[in-house]
Amino acid sequence: MAKSILAVDDSASIRQMVTFTLKSAGYDVIEAVDGEDGLAKAKTKAVDLVLTDQNMPRMDGLSMVRALRRLPAYRTAPILILTTESGDAIKSEGRAAGATGWLVKPFDPKRLLEVVRKVIG
Amino acid sequence: MTQVVEAGAAGSSAAVKAGHAAAAAGGMAREFLTFRLGEEEYGIDILKVQEIRGYEAVTAIANTPSFIKGVINLRGTIIPIVDMRIKFNLGNVEYNIFTVVIILNVAGRIVGMVVDSVSDVISLSAEQMRPAPSFAAGLDTQYIMGLGTVDSRMLILADIEKLMTSSDMALTDMAVQ
Amino acid sequence: MTIDMSQFYQVFFEESAELLGEMERLLLELDVDAPGKDELNAIFRTAHSIKGGAGTFGFNEITETTHILESLLDKLRNDQLRLKSEMVDVFLKAVDVLKMQLAGRQSGSEVDAQAVADICQRLHELADGKPAAPVAAAPAAVAPVAAMTAVKAAPGASAPTALDPAPVDPSPENLYAILTGAAVSAAAVAAASPPDAEAFGLFAETPVQPGDADVPRRRATDAAAEAAPKTGRRAGDRAEAAEASSIRVGVEKVDQLINLVGELVITQAMLAQTASRVDPVLYESLMNGLATLERNTRDLQESVMSIRMMPISFVFSRFPRVVRDLAAKLSKQVELKTVGEGTELDKGLIEKIADPLNHLVRNSLDHGIETPDKRVAAGKDPKGTITLRAFHQGGNIIVEVADDGAGLSRARILAKARERGLAVSDDMPDQDVWQMIFEAGFSTADVVTDVSGRGVGMDVVRRNIHGMGGSIEISSLLGSGTCISIRLPLTLAILDGMSVGVGKEIFIIPLTYIIESLQPAPGDIKTISGQGRVVQVRGEYLPVVALHEKFNLKSNVADMDKGIMVILESEGAKTALFVDELVGQHQVVIKSLETNYRKAQGISGATIMGDGKVALILDVGALVRLSKPELLKAA
Repeated sequence: MAKSILAVDDSASIRQMVTFTLKSAGYDVIEAVDGEDGLAKAKTKAVDLVLTDQNMPRMDGLSMVRALRRLPAYRTAPILILTTESGDAIKSEGRAAGATGWLVKPFDPKRLLEVVRKVIG
Repeated sequence: MTQVVEAGAAGSSAAVKAGHAAAAAGGMAREFLTFRLGEEEYGIDILKVQEIRGYEAVTAIANTPSFIKGVINLRGTIIPIVDMRIKFNLGNVEYNIFTVVIILNVAGRIVGMVVDSVSDVISLSAEQMRPAPSFAAGLDTQYIMGLGTVDSRMLILADIEKLMTSSDMALTDMAVQ
Repeated sequence: MTIDMSQFYQVFFEESAELLGEMERLLLELDVDAPGKDELNAIFRTAHSIKGGAGTFGFNEITETTHILESLLDKLRNDQLRLKSEMVDVFLKAVDVLKMQLAGRQSGSEVDAQAVADICQRLHELADGKPAAPVAAAPAAVAPVAAMTAVKAAPGASAPTALDPAPVDPSPENLYAILTGAAVSAAAVAAASPPDAEAFGLFAETPVQPGDADVPRRRATDAAAEAAPKTGRRAGDRAEAAEASSIRVGVEKVDQLINLVGELVITQAMLAQTASRVDPVLYESLMNGLATLERNTRDLQESVMSIRMMPISFVFSRFPRVVRDLAAKLSKQVELKTVGEGTELDKGLIEKIADPLNHLVRNSLDHGIETPDKRVAAGKDPKGTITLRAFHQGGNIIVEVADDGAGLSRARILAKARERGLAVSDDMPDQDVWQMIFEAGFSTADVVTDVSGRGVGMDVVRRNIHGMGGSIEISSLLGSGTCISIRLPLTLAILDGMSVGVGKEIFIIPLTYIIESLQPAPGDIKTISGQGRVVQVRGEYLPVVALHEKFNLKSNVADMDKGIMVILESEGAKTALFVDELVGQHQVVIKSLETNYRKAQGISGATIMGDGKVALILDVGALVRLSKPELLKAA
């Protein structure tokens, strides 16, 4: 069965690009527009990987990660933060929130697929 | 090749359709729908003819030339009806069950014109067509493409699209050439 | 597998346009003295989002501009810098520059590289808190590579320095390498990520959080059901509310739908007419079915019409900026108020009303609102107010532009009218005097500014409004202000009308113009010196327009007191329309006459009645206007 990915980003164009890239590679993709939406969607279906932007209205990425980690289904699920920074701040914040790793924005489809394959195969 | 058309509107759509088919088939000949107006017989490009109908009650529009009778509802579209008999001052004009209206599709517009009667659809080859005369009854020579002869009949071949879109007919806000 | 990124560009352009609009709105609403933290964060996020998208799709010049903007905004939201009002001006200019850069990418329009360089420099200077050392215009002069569209550098731009105009690798990692090659201030470089391979990473251990009481229920929903919308279909949800998802549909499809519903209305009317001749008792279930059909049709029609309805805020939203810029230019203090932004109108009208409103607002700013000195001298607040108001009334939408400025001068307008040879009289009602400003070339402005005053605007405004089937009225008080009120039909396709009979013909009068109808008493109708008829209605004398005379028809009614007077009002003037009889009230579908024929005088359109016959819809505005000279001569 195909692996499923939850893609959370408030930018429609980025979401579309990510969805298209991952679907073309055979993954199932669920989109969400911000942290709250992502949390709600994660609860209705357990996905194999969560990709989330950081800066979003209503609930940002790290807050969502923290909330996800409190759900038994997502205790150890792979979660990657898509961030525009790669400095130490985001790394420590990300780790503290419970993220599995990070991917720097902007990224191109090739890089995205490489990373996703590395994490969930 | 001619197809005889019954007087009146009934049965004519088949003839028109056949005319369209023949015109599409191409060749050197052209297909014309012929009709009578007063003493003259006219021929117009069959491809400009959409259908033939009887005359039905028209909604008049004020302050328009007398030959513009008004508008009718043609299956949901509003189209103007002009009476060419009035335009050419042909005297007594009657409207009854034999009155024929030719529905034209010219320059993207649909217009209906009342004539005395519709004859048939005729195919004319180049040899059967002659250049336009320098005179004609009623019809300005700029709208005459030429003369057609079939047996003993002489047909005035009219450029119906040019006529209907000209300012003479007052059907458009500006003359569409 | 290579993915063609250009398929996502259009969504990015639309998304960025929305974000820029939001940024502008937030900037205009900012309280410079005490900017809210949430607002600053929101503004930061808009810049950040655009930067993210631009970076992903390789629009480097846009990434660069937004990056500098974002850095400055970041400092502001973290209290590292204090907001100053000139910063807001610079931010607004940056919004303009970004719009230009986006347009350059989207449609190949020219991008003024000097303007880009200037704004980047200003932003740098503000970020540093002091005027920066002269910065080369270099970064802006870089020709973006692999550009879908051409970007022309302004001839005046400083020569690019360390950058070669040859194709540069647009990949994100190299962006900052490019920037560091140019003479860019330290701030930008510090904010840039180090262009090395730390673009992805996993934390050594994934921390596990202690479980909570809440156990999410795993629904058995299939993944497919939840899956994202298919590629190519745009799920245009902005994060306002997770429920608010939308679909983009082509306008032609919506119009087609409206046409089909229109045909349905006509067919249903025909059925109702036929059924009215049938014994209702015998065919009870048929009658019930038809009644239900009528309700269903009406509901469907309302539903479909509402698809094209959009709030007028789409038009109003541009005006805060217009007023701000123009007031500054004219050295006036003006506040813009908007009321009823949620009022909806047809999308087609939204597009058409923008220009006339623009002209009216600029006019108010230019000629209405006085300079602060003049206002104080007149005992007014130095700050003037322009109010844009919209509301529904009957089957119409009313849009008003009001100002508390100088008002219209009756004397000046009359003088100017006489000068131009227009027919005027000293005791013309105010309404008629004000309408003179719509005459072509009419302007009482002392000075023709480049904003307005050439007098070419108002007649075009009125013509446009009439072209939309609407009307425009003015009310004004010298010294207090002016209010211009535009009335527009709510929809272009369907109309509530009263059918009237004249001779054998039926005409439709749009209900919104009808005040009342009455049968006049013989003594109420008077003729004035053989020139025109008037009828007395409650103490007022109104000009009479006999429809059968206007349309050369034979009336069935011998004397006027045996027929009906329909009292109409348009643009502040009333007229009594004489007809034979009232036939009924219906909702009619408007059909075009111009498609196959032409514009007919006094007629605004046509419709197909229940019996299949065509009925003409009266152009009430034109009829009322035509009747005025009669009264004027009579006066």
